[in-house]
Amino acid sequence: MNEQPKPKKQIGAPMNRVDGHQKVTGAATYSAEYQLPNITYAVLVGSTVTKGRLTGLDTKAAERAPGVLAVISHLNAPKPPGPKPEGKDPSQPQTQGNPLQVFNDDKIRFNDQPIAIVVADSWERARYAAGLVKAQYAKEAHQTNLEENKSNAFLPTAAKKNPKNPMNDYQRGQVDAYKTGAVKLEAEYVIPTEVHHPMELQAITAHWEAPDRLTLYDKTQGTMATRRDFAKQWGLPEENVKVIATYVGGAFGNALHSWPHESAAILAAKVVNRPVKLMLTREQMFTMVGYRPYTWQKLGMSATPDGKITAITHESVGQTSTYEEFTESTLAQTRMMYQSPNVTTRYRLAALDISSPIWMRGPGEATGAFALESAMDEMAYLLNIDPLEFRLRNYTEQDPEKNKPWSTKFLKECYQLGADRIGWSKRQLKPGSLRDGDWLIGYGMGVGTFGAHRGAATVGAQLLANGTVLLQCATTDIGPGTGTAMTQIAADTLGISPDKIRFELGNSSFPKAGTQGGSSTVNSVGPATQEACLALKDKLRTLAGANNPAFASARKEDVTMQDGYLTVGGNKDTRVSYADLLKQAGGTAVMVEAKPGGEGQKYSMYSFSVHFAEVRVHQLTGEVRVSKLVSCADAGTIVNEKTAGNQMKGGAVGGIGMALMEHARIDDRFGRYVTKDFADYHVPVHADSPAVEVAFVNQPDPYVNALGTKGIGEIAIIGVAPAIANAVFNATGKRIRELPITPDKLI
Amino acid sequence: MAMNSEHDTPGNSHDEARRSFLKQSSLLTAMALVPGPLVQAAAAELDEKVAAVFEKIPLKLEVNGVKHKVSVEPRTTLLDFLRENLHLTGTKKGCDYGQCGACTVHVDGQRVNSCLSFAVMHEGKKITTIEGLANGDKLHPMQEAFVKHDGFQCGYCTPGQIMSAVACIREGKADSEGEIREYMSGNICRCGAYSNIVAAIQEVKGGGQKV
Repeated sequence: MNEQPKPKKQIGAPMNRVDGHQKVTGAATYSAEYQLPNITYAVLVGSTVTKGRLTGLDTKAAERAPGVLAVISHLNAPKPPGPKPEGKDPSQPQTQGNPLQVFNDDKIRFNDQPIAIVVADSWERARYAAGLVKAQYAKEAHQTNLEENKSNAFLPTAAKKNPKNPMNDYQRGQVDAYKTGAVKLEAEYVIPTEVHHPMELQAITAHWEAPDRLTLYDKTQGTMATRRDFAKQWGLPEENVKVIATYVGGAFGNALHSWPHESAAILAAKVVNRPVKLMLTREQMFTMVGYRPYTWQKLGMSATPDGKITAITHESVGQTSTYEEFTESTLAQTRMMYQSPNVTTRYRLAALDISSPIWMRGPGEATGAFALESAMDEMAYLLNIDPLEFRLRNYTEQDPEKNKPWSTKFLKECYQLGADRIGWSKRQLKPGSLRDGDWLIGYGMGVGTFGAHRGAATVGAQLLANGTVLLQCATTDIGPGTGTAMTQIAADTLGISPDKIRFELGNSSFPKAGTQGGSSTVNSVGPATQEACLALKDKLRTLAGANNPAFASARKEDVTMQDGYLTVGGNKDTRVSYADLLKQAGGTAVMVEAKPGGEGQKYSMYSFSVHFAEVRVHQLTGEVRVSKLVSCADAGTIVNEKTAGNQMKGGAVGGIGMALMEHARIDDRFGRYVTKDFADYHVPVHADSPAVEVAFVNQPDPYVNALGTKGIGEIAIIGVAPAIANAVFNATGKRIRELPITPDKLI
Repeated sequence: MAMNSEHDTPGNSHDEARRSFLKQSSLLTAMALVPGPLVQAAAAELDEKVAAVFEKIPLKLEVNGVKHKVSVEPRTTLLDFLRENLHLTGTKKGCDYGQCGACTVHVDGQRVNSCLSFAVMHEGKKITTIEGLANGDKLHPMQEAFVKHDGFQCGYCTPGQIMSAVACIREGKADSEGEIREYMSGNICRCGAYSNIVAAIQEVKGGGQKV
């Protein structure tokens, strides 16, 4: 027998991205970059008032402007045949999911709501004409300030309807038991509105290829979800709508929802009967595609003098719009992270005259962790215990919320990895102890967790004549490197080199997958890739077995693919060429759906992270510099050390933004954002970011899926902002409970 | 792409614009001599075409070694000209205010935010975009280094980061990590791949290759 050398294991290897070449040469094509014949350009006109009715709209000048093909508003827009957004019972607010139907009525629900769309034969002409549209309004009093509306906060409708909904009030032990604790604290925390701001402006190219056939080149995290939404809106069978998102220029959650601008572009393409391209401006990214909602929180905690938590109460009020109820898991971490016998949580919403929020990286949990992990630091300080030691004393060996064992939890290992790397031993309990000239130095930590979610996913696989295996799935890649990870998984499963594999994604016509959100892609699509590859091997074995008895008796695991031939265990005498296999009737294509089993019933499945920050605070100017960040994760198996590490670093940078700079500010007198671009909404730049050090425990979780993965995207940011806030306290003795920590709060 | 070839952008050539301008001009002269109602009727139709001709002005420039003779509106930014007229979409639009750097290109070797610059300002200039950085199939060392160090995630800011990174070394502003971070701060990466981008630049700088 001719034993072939075993191929190098790809899972875990720091392989370069499969789409790296496309991305560094400018060949990667994003949704506004498809060259379609007769393309037209659309610009949205937004309302300049916050609430009321449109009483007049003068579009004549815009219509007469050079190059203009159409000006569409509620006065002349065709009404898509699908269900209306308000539903049958207008007293019931819409829950998440349906895109706002634009130009449906004269009602203004938020400032900069699209009131018209101008289509022309160039950007310049569309933009100029959009400025000629004049609107009159009947204004009504608006509410855009959450603090002023906290008293009207309500339990989400979904929770009222279903007592099992996790947004309901939660309690174990005594309600609000912290109030009678030996050592107690009570504090309020605020996270302002933050905006995702991916570098790619939200863009869509809408093309009606026939009166009942729609193709969208769209920035979306879920090609199938977008297809479903717009098929429904236009009353079309889903197969008549095709959504292509081969490359997505970042999203961080803002492409998990269908938005008004998409509806508007599709409507415009219908009216002008030509492809329409629409790209939002940076200002419109504040008002039209969601944001992390302004959230007020109150946290009460009590502990014994020797550092055992006895009770936690965590309440929050998050903002939502008047036309959708947006909810997120702000209080989830508080219920399961620490061993407290008494825990109470209360989640409420306040509806404001602002556009709807949407999940932003580490949704809810990142907000909640700011309060919880800051309070942990505050309590450790009150008790005069090292904050890492305090967390160890309250470590949970099983899930105290669900009373189930963890599938895996290696958070202690993360603590150790991080503490060693940041040099935690240098940290002093007394704030302001370390300095370097005018710079005060401090250390802080913050913990993060997120559910290891897995959904159903289907992958198609086939052998091509050139010896390549083609895999397809409707999943998307907003940057983590999905295609690369899947190629590695396929390479190991098939036992072939990654350069013989092509993984295609970002197309709703491919085998179905969920949206890229909630750190679930590798957990879901990974096992589907694995199973599709095994099915392909089996199919090839069966085809080969028709002419070669050696295959008929072989196990699929023993089938070897190399140099254009299939063999049993590398034995040359058994070889059958790919060309012969492909000649056989029926082809090689297989399609396999992989679904989670019942493991979730038995185990509590979470990814965990801890972030350690070293900050330098200038004692005269209050300038905060993050001089070192160490992020450690228990995310199960790491498929690609390089891309996974990059995701962790990126989350940490996002956390610097949360902690120190991001704040979308509204002037409540007008209900309008005063932050409109990167000059006043600051995000971290090169100079704000230290070299981030990343360490993974890299232990497989045997229950989430056969690969052992748990997810990375969210835990990369959850816990970073409190780590920095805690480090600022350690440096200065000042506890900042309202983000961002700008110099004015420190001097 | 062939170097130094003379290239007229289809449907947008200088000559074509001039020809149609002359045609329109003689029509305008004729219109002045015919009765009012007819002029009005014709004007509705012609309004746009006449405006189009007056709005555009001729421009000669070289992009990635290819010479272009075109006519463009003076309000067209270099960014929109590259993306929409030449279909060179490697140069990205991220803000349109010169705040994010995604649109960075080289104009006569200097890095420029193409969104803050009108196309007509570049008469006779040589523009290099991300599509023109590689030498045929051979990637530029900075492109190689970005792939090796994973200096990106979504890839959208990447062309601008790479164009800026090359310029940063040429400007002599890549001597330390701190200096690189300072002189690269005009290029935002919201995915936060900064550590890896800096590593890529340091490698190219350290390698001593001519960029």
